[in-house]
Amino acid sequence: MQSRLLVSEIQFQTMIRRLCHQLLENHQNFNNTCLIGLQTGGVKVVNRIKTQINLFLPEVNLETGALDITFFRDDYKRRQVVVPNATQINFIIENKKVIIVDDVLFTGRTIRAALDAMLAFGRPQKVELLALVDRRYSRHLPIQPDYVGMVVDTITPESVKVSWKEIDGVDGITLLTPDNLEV
Amino acid sequence: MALSTSHLLGIKELTEGDIELLLSTAGNFKEVINRPIKKVPSLRDVTIANIFFENSTRTRLSFELAERRLSADVVNFAASSSSVSKGETLIDTVNNILAMKVDMVVMRHPHAGSAQFLAKHVKASIINAGDGAHEHPTQALLDAFSLQEKFGTLKGLKVAIIGDILHSRVALSNVYCLKKMGAIVTVCGPPTLIPNYYSHLGVSVSHNLVETLQWCDAANMLRIQLERQDIKYFPSLREYVLQFGLNMEILSRLNKKITIMHPGPINRGIEITSDVADGEHSLILQQVENGVAVRMAVLYLLAAAN
Repeated sequence: MQSRLLVSEIQFQTMIRRLCHQLLENHQNFNNTCLIGLQTGGVKVVNRIKTQINLFLPEVNLETGALDITFFRDDYKRRQVVVPNATQINFIIENKKVIIVDDVLFTGRTIRAALDAMLAFGRPQKVELLALVDRRYSRHLPIQPDYVGMVVDTITPESVKVSWKEIDGVDGITLLTPDNLEV
Repeated sequence: MALSTSHLLGIKELTEGDIELLLSTAGNFKEVINRPIKKVPSLRDVTIANIFFENSTRTRLSFELAERRLSADVVNFAASSSSVSKGETLIDTVNNILAMKVDMVVMRHPHAGSAQFLAKHVKASIINAGDGAHEHPTQALLDAFSLQEKFGTLKGLKVAIIGDILHSRVALSNVYCLKKMGAIVTVCGPPTLIPNYYSHLGVSVSHNLVETLQWCDAANMLRIQLERQDIKYFPSLREYVLQFGLNMEILSRLNKKITIMHPGPINRGIEITSDVADGEHSLILQQVENGVAVRMAVLYLLAAAN
């Protein structure tokens, strides 16, 4: 497996700050807006965004939740059982602006499942999508993000790894390419 | 991760890892069934037949709710209103149902081993919802789940199973499940209602209710199954109540608080009085609620294994 660093730690933190500014531009004081991170990567992005926004605006009380989409996947029985993670949404999203957050946007199927799963918590006024990494040209469904950290061009056998300081010791985004890949 | 089996015939066949996976998945489903919208689409292409050759209220309703909340298609079958009464064999009955493209079968049957027999002879995932006095695996799993929820862990937990052990499939499944998860188990009841083989299952045997209650953290009270008793196992029901019936007076005399469980149906005033069954010690209704979550986990993981 060959790995290529796409985003360094400094670039990563700049990217998070930029995304926060974009969110603030559209949602001002987050009065009627909540962030829902998809387990597991999206939840980490949400935590980082919440911390950063509170650095900018300490008075903002940003509502955040974690959504697990395992039971809503459309590839159930076509792959190994995925052990679910916890869903924690302690508020009703009825009539709220919801921003779904994921770390890597690839085929779009996870987001489709998230849209289904989210409806159990109410009917949102508007739904937006934030992806830290958008793997362009690999979508299976007509789903596009509203906020993007970075766009990468990849092919299916490749994978994108997002590293987190609190888990991996360093923030960063890496492209992993299998050795025997024939392009 | 996946289950090591494609059927749920009994707890005896499950590994410790299977039980842990089932209980942790049940935790996720408990969160799902407490949402405003309690349904998930996981099993929308799966058809499940509930085949009940014996009466049931809780188990059957609980399975059906679990199936519907997973979006499975459900067909129900009660032996009393079927061709079984015209002499059809079990395999024929089930194969006819499976010919209508059914993927999973939930079966309760009065004969021990019927679920194993069916699993050998038909091509579908079989879930045992109680076979005679043998096993009732989903009840044991929901009891374990309720205890784990209450106490945090089953390791080292002292659990007493009290009552008609001889005729109870709940007792045997509970013993297997609790032992595999590291709990310490005592069975308690009249000597005539505790079979000898229980002493070989790694559990203690007691015939003294108060001593057992004083020892345990949780007591699972079992019903006297008069319908399965072909001979007299104790002189009279009144004497049984005096010796093994749990009431508030006995509970308040203990120098600690213990948790009371019951798999249902309750015979109020016999194995347990109403004030205990409905009191603060009781976990009985939580058990019923957890039953749906545990059965959703069983169906979900078995459907994936097939």
